[in-house]
Amino acid sequence: MHEMGIMESAIEEVLAQASDHDASRVHRIVLRIGALSGVEPEALRLAFDSAVKGTAAAGAELEIESVQARGRCPDCDLEFGVESDFIFTCPRCGQISGELVQGRELELARIEMS
Amino acid sequence: MSHPKAATRTIELQLSLLDSNDRQAARNRRRFQELGVGAINLVSSPGAGKTTLLERTLAEFGRKTPCAAVVGDLATDRDAQRLGRFGAPVSQITTGSACHLDAGMVARAVDRLDLRGAQLLFIENVGNLVCPASFDLGERMRVVLLSAPEGEDKPLKYPPIFKSAHVVLLTKVDIAEVLGFDRAAAADNIRRIAPQARLIELSARSGEGIEQWYDLLGALARKG
Repeated sequence: MHEMGIMESAIEEVLAQASDHDASRVHRIVLRIGALSGVEPEALRLAFDSAVKGTAAAGAELEIESVQARGRCPDCDLEFGVESDFIFTCPRCGQISGELVQGRELELARIEMS
Repeated sequence: MSHPKAATRTIELQLSLLDSNDRQAARNRRRFQELGVGAINLVSSPGAGKTTLLERTLAEFGRKTPCAAVVGDLATDRDAQRLGRFGAPVSQITTGSACHLDAGMVARAVDRLDLRGAQLLFIENVGNLVCPASFDLGERMRVVLLSAPEGEDKPLKYPPIFKSAHVVLLTKVDIAEVLGFDRAAAADNIRRIAPQARLIELSARSGEGIEQWYDLLGALARKG
């Protein structure tokens, strides 16, 4: 996965937001990462350290909120935890489906600045 | 005189960070869903047997289930010619020098195809075990092929692509013995690196394991 490109986009947006709000320092950046987003938190952290150097976000804390993967059964409407985003089986009625309710998020959730 | 500390402000957002390929892949994914087509991305080293497997698949499985195919190569339309013999709509992408397909190339190739009625779309990626790992095409299922002549330790040496696989096909098993290829060791390595993947050992030439592959395709086609 291309964590560097993702982090560069994130920091670009963070700095734009900081500028819009007349903030000179970013203290905390919160990312929301789904369990099935394909992104590795470790790789994101490494990319973060590199991407914030020399910017108003240097020294900011990176917080990663994990979002569990949940699927939904199209037949009985039950939502349940899943481990893959391919095919899974409804634990109640056994129907095979692939509809993910959550788990693929890759979002900039919160910025704390001053 | 002390400076007043500027108040910390918190901005809540829900801003997607997917870059341009992923945005296009998400559009592809939605398009395939709307069309009711199961898209499959086949990845492997050059020569692992993607095209040969697709020939047999289109000839046999494709007789009962309408399929389409997109093939990527740096040059020639030889693969599209081979696959075009079975009645399925096929489109060739020649990338020039790009070593992988990306979501944009797939979108443009699909523009050239009539996918109405098709239940499965096979996307044969450029032969490469490295770069395709980073490029979501919008597929429903990613299939990684590893052939017997390549050796048992490939999965250990190319973790990203194997970790991204939904299915791993161990191909050319009909010649494993003459090569001294250890199928059990290969299966072990695949399960170690890709515990999430379904493993099928097959030979497109002898037909060993091919029914398992067709069963998998059938399940995907029925899902819609």
